[in-house]
Amino acid sequence: MLTKRIIPCLDVIGGRVVKGTSFTELRDAGDPVEQAAFYYQQGADELVFLDIGATPEGRDTMADVVEGVSEQVFIPLTVGGGLRSIDDMRRMLEAGADKTSINTAAVINHKIITEGAKRFGSQCIVIAIDARRVDDSSEPKWVVCTHGGRKPTEIDAIEWAKQAVDCGAGEILLTSWDEDGQQTGYDLELTRTISEAVTVPVIASGGAGNLEHLYEALVTGKADAVLAASIFHYRTYSIREAKEYLAERGIPIRL
Amino acid sequence: MIAIIDYGAGNLRSVTNALVKLGYQPKVTSEASDVLSANAVIFPGVGAAPDTVRNLRKSGLDDVIRQVIRENRPLLAICVGMQVLLSVTEEYGLNECLGVIPGVVKRLPSGLKVPHMGWNQVKQVTNHPIFNGIADGSNFYFVHSYYAEPDDARVVAGTTEYSVPLCSVLIKDSLIATQFHPEKSGELGLRMYDNFLKMAGVEG
Repeated sequence: MLTKRIIPCLDVIGGRVVKGTSFTELRDAGDPVEQAAFYYQQGADELVFLDIGATPEGRDTMADVVEGVSEQVFIPLTVGGGLRSIDDMRRMLEAGADKTSINTAAVINHKIITEGAKRFGSQCIVIAIDARRVDDSSEPKWVVCTHGGRKPTEIDAIEWAKQAVDCGAGEILLTSWDEDGQQTGYDLELTRTISEAVTVPVIASGGAGNLEHLYEALVTGKADAVLAASIFHYRTYSIREAKEYLAERGIPIRL
Repeated sequence: MIAIIDYGAGNLRSVTNALVKLGYQPKVTSEASDVLSANAVIFPGVGAAPDTVRNLRKSGLDDVIRQVIRENRPLLAICVGMQVLLSVTEEYGLNECLGVIPGVVKRLPSGLKVPHMGWNQVKQVTNHPIFNGIADGSNFYFVHSYYAEPDDARVVAGTTEYSVPLCSVLIKDSLIATQFHPEKSGELGLRMYDNFLKMAGVEG
């Protein structure tokens, strides 16, 4: 049986891991290569690196980071943040990334998904969606935010997820804009709605504060994988603790 | 010498990194002479099978791979590298492959998420040194939307459940092929590369 994946996320700026709340107030949390090796040894199923500075210089630094990590970490690596073109994607894949995560560039130009999938395969194309809940709607509704969550659009998150998959996306990395950094749990309704709407795997992100939250995202949210940053960075829980907890509660997990 | 076949596609870096980590010095090459004189050949694959076949034909590496198998030299094929060894694939219509292993590459049925992405168990069907130090039912990392269905069940050395019981390890003489990515499967994946290279008699 396919196991559910536990994915620590490393937010990177200028070659350092950082952590903050709702994309602001960043704190230094260490060296990415060291952190990655630590998570790998603890049994992380994959790693995600997000360049939250998203600058051209950041991309150079990130390529170096990925290169260093891929020499000692033998699990899938996803890189995202500020990737704008097929060349940016190629650069990361050549540095040792297995997947590239695209957000703003894909919203602006859907062809980057199709073209990327054709060149590198759908499995390399993760579409990152930052979804923000619309409160004054009678139906549950979320819109897509771009530019690192700073810019809300009118685009419906569910429709966008489906469209991205039609264009060739191999996976959705779904972050709740509202829950991100709050540590009060994933947006389960959002996660479940998108997971049921698409045929590709969905990674739930944004809001993990305890292990019960991971369980809820996988069971109630029907996510295929859960991503978390803070709870692992600050050693609130180790990857192993998280995996043992989930396995005890009957979730298929690689221990 | 260990040759990693470079046919102008696929990410060869992670395979190279895995072997270097184990203390080997592989050569990434597209030269027929390198591949044909190597003690062990690794044929990685990422992307679409029809593209892979096209690239191999263009460079003449399809015949080189056939020769390696005909001469029974140690060859490890990975993911799409495994799929293109069969007769045909259903990917993008019906496309001819190298036809070394009679059988068809089929689309995973809908119902479960496709691609089949993540860690899944490999049930060992045969006793084989490629599994040395690897417990039956261990998890390996998969990412694929198509799967190989060889005509001859005797070549199936490992199976994995995902909608269907699929062939995750295929062995025929000195040819070993895996649907999963050992270079992305942590310490057990590294172990599998080491087993392969030890079987091939390559010194680390």
